[in-house]
Amino acid sequence: MKTILVIGNGMVGYKFCEKFVAKADLTEFKLIVFGEEPRPAYDRVHLSEYFADQNAERLSMAPRSWYEENGIELITNERVTDIHRTNKTITTISDKEYSYDYIILATGSSAFVPPIPGVEKDGVFVYRTIEDLDATMAYVEEIKKQKPDGKAAILGGGLLGLEAGKAIIDMGLDVSVVEFAPRLMPRQLDNDASKVLQGKLEDLGIGILLNKGTQNIEGDGAITGMKFSKDETLPVDMLLVSAGIRPRDELAKTCGLEVGTRGGILVTNDMKTSDDNIYAIGECALLNQMIYGLVAPGYDMAGVAVDQILGEIEASMPTSIDMSTKLKLSGIDVASFGDALNESKEGISIVYENKFQGIYKTINVSKDGKSLLGGILVGDASDYNMLHQIFLNGLAIPENPEDLILGSRGGEGVSMGSVLDLPDEAVVCSCESVTKGAICCKIEEGVDTLKGLAADTKVTTGCGGCKPMVQDILDETLKASGKTVKQNICEHFDYSRQELFDIITMKGIKSYDEMLDSHGKGNGCEICKPALASLFASIYNETANEQETIQDSNDRFLANIQRNGTYSVVPRVAGGEITPQQLIVLGEIAKKYDLYTKITGGQRIDMFGARLDELPKIWKDLIDEGFESGHAYGKSLRTVKSCVGSTWCRYGMDESVSFAIEVENRYKGIRSPHKFKGGVSGCIRECAEARCKDFGMIAVEGGWNLYVAGNGGANPKHAELLAEKIDNETVVKYVDRFLMFYIKTALPLQRTAAWLDKLEGGIEYLKDVVINDSLGICEDLDKEMAGLIDTYKCEWKQAIENIEIQNRYSHFVNSEEIDENLNFVPLREQKMPELWNA
Amino acid sequence: MSAVLEKYFTTNVDEVKVWFKAAPVSKFPENGGACVKYKDKQIAVFNFTRESKWYACQNLCPHKMEMVLSRGMIGDDCGTPKVACPLHKKTFSLDNGENLNGDLDAIAVYPVKVEDGFVYLGFSE
Repeated sequence: MKTILVIGNGMVGYKFCEKFVAKADLTEFKLIVFGEEPRPAYDRVHLSEYFADQNAERLSMAPRSWYEENGIELITNERVTDIHRTNKTITTISDKEYSYDYIILATGSSAFVPPIPGVEKDGVFVYRTIEDLDATMAYVEEIKKQKPDGKAAILGGGLLGLEAGKAIIDMGLDVSVVEFAPRLMPRQLDNDASKVLQGKLEDLGIGILLNKGTQNIEGDGAITGMKFSKDETLPVDMLLVSAGIRPRDELAKTCGLEVGTRGGILVTNDMKTSDDNIYAIGECALLNQMIYGLVAPGYDMAGVAVDQILGEIEASMPTSIDMSTKLKLSGIDVASFGDALNESKEGISIVYENKFQGIYKTINVSKDGKSLLGGILVGDASDYNMLHQIFLNGLAIPENPEDLILGSRGGEGVSMGSVLDLPDEAVVCSCESVTKGAICCKIEEGVDTLKGLAADTKVTTGCGGCKPMVQDILDETLKASGKTVKQNICEHFDYSRQELFDIITMKGIKSYDEMLDSHGKGNGCEICKPALASLFASIYNETANEQETIQDSNDRFLANIQRNGTYSVVPRVAGGEITPQQLIVLGEIAKKYDLYTKITGGQRIDMFGARLDELPKIWKDLIDEGFESGHAYGKSLRTVKSCVGSTWCRYGMDESVSFAIEVENRYKGIRSPHKFKGGVSGCIRECAEARCKDFGMIAVEGGWNLYVAGNGGANPKHAELLAEKIDNETVVKYVDRFLMFYIKTALPLQRTAAWLDKLEGGIEYLKDVVINDSLGICEDLDKEMAGLIDTYKCEWKQAIENIEIQNRYSHFVNSEEIDENLNFVPLREQKMPELWNA
Repeated sequence: MSAVLEKYFTTNVDEVKVWFKAAPVSKFPENGGACVKYKDKQIAVFNFTRESKWYACQNLCPHKMEMVLSRGMIGDDCGTPKVACPLHKKTFSLDNGENLNGDLDAIAVYPVKVEDGFVYLGFSE
């Protein structure tokens, strides 16, 4: 039995244990781990998350029980003070002695605090351990109690400093980041990339001060300011130092191991120190005259040490170590890989900068234009994984290398190539060193989910950055092997939405429970319930009143739930045409219930702030006055927007309002995979913005041009031309078919634009289906749409005529009282809910 | 707002001092929820008909501090009964209140019993 002492219980020390127990015969070894901190190893990479939730457990790498289960003795709160190499023993701070066969030094690093006069003052903190964070947060609370406009500074504009900056601003202090270098993240970014990042951080309210050397920390006992020069001082109430790391090599020094002149325990690429029985791994180790302050090389070092101890003497660290990083700083993508700064001068840089969107990309390409040497991405790092792989594996790059950051312009070519072109040895997950080959091997063995791959290979379980690429590999590999990629809607149904549509129609299934019992498992969830509710509505035109507990939040109470749990009410105003009398009525009703009113983007009137119990009363009043539900709460037709058209407009080519009213009334109440909207413009000036709608008509000489599958929103897209110069009747026929085809085949919550995007053959295929009836389904589509139109009911009318439905609208089942937690504050002439704290 | 949150803490069945008679079973929709007022507390009560079980938890969603959980959809996550908040679909275990799809603090859950067609909620005070 041999004894291994692991000194240091950080991420890398833990990884050594994990890799060791996975590989070694544990009857031959005894592992004893010493940690100086009170708790077992935790994830320091995600330390800033602790500011938000103070949940130390979530950061934990493994609970104490894991060490016990694997026969590892874990001793925390115990610093090792001496190594006696001649008799192979160590002593700890409490004078305990242990003997060893091997030692793994994984002592990590400490925060580097520059020797600035006054740095010992109260209110100056470092950013390294959970205890550091606790102390920082307690001090922030003190400052907030004493003054309303407390200010903090971060010393160091590296990635840790910037993360800490965002965390402190979230705690409610003003923050400035002070950096000595002329740019942020000087080791990863060039000046232009830094400028783009700086702009984005300033937008978040973080002050950035570059080129600033701090001469003195001012203050009497506690910090009050940072002095940069004779006449420049930054007043601050606290300072967080994040100015780099220093390897913890004091233990190695005292026992006479070789250390570097600027610190770090000297190791060769087999991770051995100058004593063959002592290894050093992670941030305390000096390899190739470098300290590697990233977790991935640390993990690799742990693996090499494990192999060496188990007798695999060839195991060693590669000569060049990948220092690529990708992170999200307060929602801003930042990535850098390879020779990002072109320090080797071997490359030629290609730069793309979009100041408008805050995107900066640069790549360094070899002079022969054949290989990618490195690059930087700020603002949009979605291509990082693929670029990183191209760099790591020396893959061929496009003839025009700029395609790598600009995308291929014109033509069919895909600039990046497919994930399947990656060699099997390509490391996809660098945290856990999982290769593409290992992933594909598991897929061939039958693993067909991301979850399954994570369980079997640990891929995606580190930083998670490889997730999109692993998903792509999974999808592409399954596709290539002829297996269809299942688009199951959730864990309760092994079917896609389209398959569920067919099952319900063919078997005549009428309720959610019947469907779950016959074709699903478990008890359902918030994904499959509304998805099936939508299908029952699309197939049987059943209103949301019927199976009320499977309806989505808004459908269940036929109103849009708002920020404070009250609702908004939107009656239908077809085509946006409204009489003076109707306007008066809406005004009176809004006044009666003290509602906030606003004109919507769809040309109708939204009334906010209605309590649950008020909804049936408001709707009774509205229906008595001739209004009906506007279905603003449903995944269904919202509005058909119109311009005033030839009835009034001197340029109008046709009656856009009349047509909009006709079409809105035709499709009202129809439930679909997602909401959909229409627009009708009377001429090409397009005042109704019809081309930003799911379907839009524009009057031209000789009829209507019909456009489909556009939308506004997060990913705006113009609708595409389906047919030109057609009459009203033909427009309606094509829209009927288009909508019904979409309703039957889209994924849950997929809008028409995304649906058309994924439809193989695109708009040309859709034209073939809808106009030329290439699938021979038009008769069915027409019939199904006619069925929906003929069976329309106003579901609010249904609700106010049924006492049982009305009874659902009380806040409490055992009291008539209203929710006392509703608080409104005045806003201009109206009111709004109190702001959310968080 | 945190004062509102502090009113709610998970109560185990062996700590129950008061069984509050809330409302008849018929007031609660099948496989859905409704809200019960007990003193100054709001409790979401769920009639999990598919499993013939009842669950109760605070009506307050800890994400944005709104009294809305009783209006959420219920179901299960790999066998754990859950409720999804109607505002942002944060899901919580109805067994122990744990946030299943995020890192929010757990919500308080309470024991429920049904006797003679009435739903009773258990409180320790």
